[in-house]
Amino acid sequence: MKAFYPFLAVISLLSIAYAGVGIFGMYALFGAVIPYTAFLLFICGIIYRVIVWAKTPQPFCIPTVCGQQKSLPWIKADNIESPYTRAGVIGRMALEVLLFRSLFRNDRVELRDGGRLVFSGNKFLWLGGLLFHWSLLFILMKHLRFFTEPIPAFVLFLQGVDGIFELTIPALFITDGLIIVALTYLFLRRVIYPQIRYISIPSDYFTLFLIAGIVSTGILMRHIFKVDLLEIKRLSLGLVSFHPVVPPGIRLAFYLHLFLVSVFLAYLPVSKIIHMAGVFFSPTRNQMNNNRMVRHVNPWNYPVKLHTYEEWENDFRDAMKEAGLPLEKNE
Amino acid sequence: MAEELKKPDDLLDINLSPPAQGWMETTPTFRKGTYCYSAPLKHQQYLELPNQREWQPHDADWKLPANWKEIILDGMEKLLKKHRSFRLFLDICVRCGACADKCHFFIGSGDPKNMPVLRAELLRSVYRRYFTLGGKLFGKLAGGRELTVDVLKEWFYYFFQCTECRRCSVYCPFGIDTCEITMMARELLNLVGCNIQWVIEPASNCFRTGNHLGVPPHAFKKTLEFAVDEIEDLTGIRVDLPINKKGAEILFIAPSADYFASPHWFTLLGYLMLFHEIGLDYTWSAYASEGGNFGLFHSMELAKRLNDKIYAEAKRLGVKWILGGECGHMWRTIHQYMDTFNGPADFLEEPVSPITGTRFENTKSTKMVHIAEFTADLIKHNKLKLAPHRNDKWKVTFHDSCNPARAMGLFEEPRFIINNVCNSFYEMPENTIKERTFCCGSGAGLGADENIEMRLRGGFPRANAVKYVKETYGVNMVACMCAIDKASLPPLFEYWVPGVEVAGVHELVGNALVMKGETERKTNLRGEPLGE
Ligand code: SF4
Ligand code: SF4
Repeated sequence: MKAFYPFLAVISLLSIAYAGVGIFGMYALFGAVIPYTAFLLFICGIIYRVIVWAKTPQPFCIPTVCGQQKSLPWIKADNIESPYTRAGVIGRMALEVLLFRSLFRNDRVELRDGGRLVFSGNKFLWLGGLLFHWSLLFILMKHLRFFTEPIPAFVLFLQGVDGIFELTIPALFITDGLIIVALTYLFLRRVIYPQIRYISIPSDYFTLFLIAGIVSTGILMRHIFKVDLLEIKRLSLGLVSFHPVVPPGIRLAFYLHLFLVSVFLAYLPVSKIIHMAGVFFSPTRNQMNNNRMVRHVNPWNYPVKLHTYEEWENDFRDAMKEAGLPLEKNE
Repeated sequence: MAEELKKPDDLLDINLSPPAQGWMETTPTFRKGTYCYSAPLKHQQYLELPNQREWQPHDADWKLPANWKEIILDGMEKLLKKHRSFRLFLDICVRCGACADKCHFFIGSGDPKNMPVLRAELLRSVYRRYFTLGGKLFGKLAGGRELTVDVLKEWFYYFFQCTECRRCSVYCPFGIDTCEITMMARELLNLVGCNIQWVIEPASNCFRTGNHLGVPPHAFKKTLEFAVDEIEDLTGIRVDLPINKKGAEILFIAPSADYFASPHWFTLLGYLMLFHEIGLDYTWSAYASEGGNFGLFHSMELAKRLNDKIYAEAKRLGVKWILGGECGHMWRTIHQYMDTFNGPADFLEEPVSPITGTRFENTKSTKMVHIAEFTADLIKHNKLKLAPHRNDKWKVTFHDSCNPARAMGLFEEPRFIINNVCNSFYEMPENTIKERTFCCGSGAGLGADENIEMRLRGGFPRANAVKYVKETYGVNMVACMCAIDKASLPPLFEYWVPGVEVAGVHELVGNALVMKGETERKTNLRGEPLGE
């Protein structure tokens, strides 16, 4: 049920774009005004969120340590899982961001008969997440061909690699297939696994449906409602050069795609998708485990009420004297 | 307490699949055996805590101040501005569920709100409702919910059902540390005077006398003298006992349980024997007679107040550096917080072992060395004469305590020591050791008697791994380096895996240590005959 409203929301978004462009012909609105607004919200939103995080102090050094510390010279320290140098932190972060190191560690625990706990490696979430994010990155980079003239070689290269199995004309991209698989997996696991279903909230489904909407409209206009790529490129180049033009004859499917992308951009900074920026700020991962080597300063440190030695000795002086413990003041 | 306890088989009737009803629609029931009692008025007063009163969590009326909601929301806003970790962890969780089955309390109870993600969500939902645009506009659809008394009670129930062990954080793709959320939630609860006896009483004792148990200086001296006598009986050697000795080279700080509780006591004997044997110029302190810090389970401020005495005493006594005993959260505080709280320790010198000359470069700023690092270095340099066969009675495994593991990365040092003082050592399965170690289920102030059921549930994954090595290799001794473990693991094992004992690493060291001029040992430190 938690998935119903989000689904409805994405359908409504599609209907809005359908009505706006298909019925009322508001090309300028959907081809320029909304994308610009969305992009503005996206940029400002991200900057705002990042500034808030960056400005909030991290008073304590609290890395989660996942490997041997640096201590005695003959004990091999793990500079990636327990980084004590900046390079180590960069390595740890890179593994985390590029390869999802922590998810790779995932194991599932089951309680078998006779009260035995069994741990089994569970790499599906890792694989699903990796597939999804890498496909998305590939697809995004390939979109650069709409925004550049001439098209950089690496974009053409990516495109070539991606379409290497030329099963259909135009080539069905591998990443298109992969992202659909990944999205389906991510959705199904939210629905099938009772634990994950339980923790999911509507916005989790909304994010998935929105991305699914974007991907499917993209695929549809490439393979079924074929759109004129040159016209689209005119539109996108116009957008990026701040001379928006809305070429006639772009088919509706494109506007559906563009509208969902716009919504996605605007939604990103206020949603959990902001994790893409946030992960870099995570203190448990981006701090060094050098706590005892280097002092970490708390910028808002303030004095607190203490029970000083003098007060303490005053409290216990007689008993201490009797027990023969040394005293500071022996009156 | 004990007579109401369920049998292990009944306790194991756990369903890890959550109910159909959504979590926002359920309210907590304070079921006996699963929650801790509140702090006695006397101790609330001594620490000058807010909203002092007599109350209990199972009371319908929690006697909250009239403006409690304002206090909480205001406190939340302040914490959001003071801790990046807090704000970030509330913002970026994607509810992927990778952490869901990593928490020992969830595994042992099946209560879905013990999934770290949902535990944090209890607070996150309120954050969303009051501090984010989406939550203000869309409320529940955006995952927001109103702050009500029931929500507050739920916070109390579940945030005092988290041992702040950080296991969840290891598996989270963003390193979201639910322990950090728990710490903040407890700070908030404390603003309206909702805290538990097992945190406040030790903290208040510690503030007053210097240690959790409330042992005054003369009694402190007595009990250490008692240990000296015991060592004499065992070895014929009278070890020296420096207390509050000015100008000693090293100040030694241990968790206070080491000089009162069992099996901690044997660790204490181990320390004393070791220091005597190497002729260490050191001192105990009756003022700083506690390394543990229950303030950490209350608020950063209280942690800082309690921690101060360590540096203050080092300065007063004029020592060069500080050595610390076997304790879990004591070391979390020392490693991650002490220097920030109360540093810089520029009146101390960079620690150098007077016996081996090793410079402990990893401690150049705090100037505080863990005893496992110190002893491992001694053994490596052949400074100790060891007779590991004296531990032959034991087949040993090692339990990594959460804090030295996930806050420090102290993995190899204790293993090196154990391998040198024992002949048979076996690791538990790899998903349950080192950074993946399972909590004893009683950390972070939850080691009370009244919540014994929850402690046994929480300790179940740990006990289960011990059971595995017991059945596979015949392990009968779990070594560990934490005072809470030493207190909580014995009843845990008695319940889940009878026949396994618990020892501190330095108890095993004390057993194996061949002291100059000692009489032939007939028993181990426990007074049990050596060998089989
Ligand atoms: S693993 Fe991290 S991101 Fe995933 S649900 Fe848990 S806290 Fe959230
Ligand atoms: S910190 Fe430990 S006890 Fe708390 S939620 Fe995480 S795994 Fe559970």
